[in-house]
Amino acid sequence: MHHVIIGTGPAGVSAAETLRRLNPGSKITMIGGEGEVPYSRMAIPYVLDGGIKEQGTHLRQDKGHYERLDIEVLAGPVTRIDAQHKLVELLGGSAVNYDKLLIAAGASPVKPPVPGLDLPGVHHCWTLGDMRVIEELAQSGEDVVLMGAGFIGSIILEALKKRGVNLTVVELGDRMVPRMLDETAGGLLKQWCIGHGVDVLTDTGIDRVEPDGERLSVHLTSGASLSARLLVVAAGVKPNTGFLTGSGIKVGRGIVVDAHQQTSLPDIYAAGDIVESHDISTGEVSVMAIQPVVVDHARVAATNMAGFKARYEGALAMNVLDTLGLITTSFGLWHGTGSGEQAMSLDAENYKYLRLEFDGDHLVGAQSLGLPEHVGVLRGLIQSRIDLGPWKQRLMANPHQLAAAYVACTNGVC
Amino acid sequence: MQKALAIDAGKCTGCKQCELACSFEHEGIFNVVRSRIRVFIFEEEARFVPYTCTQCDQAWCMQVCPVGAITSDPMSGVKSVNAATCVGCKVCTIACPFGTINYNAGSGKVEKCDLCGGDPACARECPTDAITFIDAGLAGYAKMQDWAARTDTAPQAAS
Ligand SMILES: Cc1cc2nc3c(=O)[nH]c(=O)nc-3n(C[C@H](O)[C@H](O)[C@H](O)COP(=O)(O)OP(=O)(O)OC[C@H]3O[C@@H](n4cnc5c(N)ncnc54)[C@H](O)[C@@H]3O)c2cc1C
Ligand code: SF4
Repeated sequence: MHHVIIGTGPAGVSAAETLRRLNPGSKITMIGGEGEVPYSRMAIPYVLDGGIKEQGTHLRQDKGHYERLDIEVLAGPVTRIDAQHKLVELLGGSAVNYDKLLIAAGASPVKPPVPGLDLPGVHHCWTLGDMRVIEELAQSGEDVVLMGAGFIGSIILEALKKRGVNLTVVELGDRMVPRMLDETAGGLLKQWCIGHGVDVLTDTGIDRVEPDGERLSVHLTSGASLSARLLVVAAGVKPNTGFLTGSGIKVGRGIVVDAHQQTSLPDIYAAGDIVESHDISTGEVSVMAIQPVVVDHARVAATNMAGFKARYEGALAMNVLDTLGLITTSFGLWHGTGSGEQAMSLDAENYKYLRLEFDGDHLVGAQSLGLPEHVGVLRGLIQSRIDLGPWKQRLMANPHQLAAAYVACTNGVC
Repeated sequence: MQKALAIDAGKCTGCKQCELACSFEHEGIFNVVRSRIRVFIFEEEARFVPYTCTQCDQAWCMQVCPVGAITSDPMSGVKSVNAATCVGCKVCTIACPFGTINYNAGSGKVEKCDLCGGDPACARECPTDAITFIDAGLAGYAKMQDWAARTDTAPQAAS
């Protein structure tokens, strides 16, 4: 049995390790797209802020990890899948045959249709290659503009600020991280950032970018303009499905899979940022592009590829963000169902906020600002659909009781 | 034979010796805030429930870590954090549905129960045997594991 995996990010590596565990005798080949040691994009900000060296981004730290597990790592990228002959073609023309194939080729950052985003000095912060350029350009004291204060943008914001640059963040939405936080939390976060010396412009877009010698002139929709050495673009991502054209694999927002993570073609599975998931909160289909979802996909896909059965019951949106020391989280239907009850606790002065959303007897969503302890119980309460019983009223009265509620409900104290 | 913490909440009197012992063992100070085991006190019901990581098989924290900073000891099954590798991204703190891995802003890393390397201080110091360290098969984790399975999006393969 030859398992071939396209992509060496967290989805690919988690799947390869699961396959090795379940199918000790199989042949496993991973094919990368960037010519790097398998690494984690998530760790890039911690290199930029000086917390770790580049090697710290590697998905596995022990030397010889893949050799020891007998997992072959090839340089790609894959240019074409030929499902009829069960082979993948690599750049340069060579081909690799597979028995079972996993597509874990991730996503790429989007470049909005704004004139000037192809200029030198404009970069994404997505790959190790991008990171090396940003390390070079974002020196202490430099003027840097960040386009987008979404989830990834806000993570990059912290890393850039810690490098000591003069940072301006430009966000189209009316607040920071509008897809993860409500007006209160997003507003507090903005205030926090401004208090920590970051210029945050919300309700503002970038209209066009022009060269200005070595520098850039960044023109805003407000009419103002900023001079910068570097513009970092963090305006969303889209699945890397381009190379699947003509393969017969069904693609919607991302690759379409069934509950076993199998694509529309037999023996071909998919996992990670390239896949669309069923969102257990909204019932809708979307590409979540977050690490917890990615590794769950990989585990389910690999288990099925190995000949065992596993089902994916759907994805729960969950995010945690640390912005210059202020920790925010959001889970599930953080904005509520529209008709359910809500519990809220706000201490704006001390940057503490907790909002819980219920549907009947169940917690369905939550956000927090100023991290409460045991924050993971929010996942437990939501995803296990725990019947809250009397704890619903207690949480309505004091949402900070949520860890107690979880412990009580799972230990028969209710 | 793997050993595990067995918690018999009915025997707990809420004295918090376990919290103090844990804090001293890991941090060298007696400060319940720094403990990795927490005694939940339910006054209305007059119940005390010591609560910590069960070293569960699903190991969401370990699976989700983007840099492999959490590892499972093949002999003991203990999941522990390698602080030198942890980048402090906190994704494990939201992925663990028990909320038993927590971020420490002081160190910039996460912390969880590591069974003190095989001689857990909480069990040693508990005066009423509400916490004991016994063979995993006898520890009665079934209930916690039920909850783990209910959260699991990917029930493990039946081999
Ligand atoms: C700066 C930053 C911070 C982040 N922080 C967080 C966070 O805090 N929390 C969180 O949940 N998520 C975070 N994310 C998102 C997270 O990193 C992704 O969800 C995750 O990396 C997706 O894993 P993946 O394996 O599906 O894809 P990727 O990590 O993108 O890996 C895909 C792999 O496929 C390769 N590839 C692409 N095309 C081909 C091809 N044609 N042939 C062969 N190989 C190919 C790529 O080179 C890459 O190796 C962050 C992302 C970034 C960029
Ligand atoms: S906080 Fe540390 S241990 Fe937890 S997932 Fe991030 S790197 Fe891994």
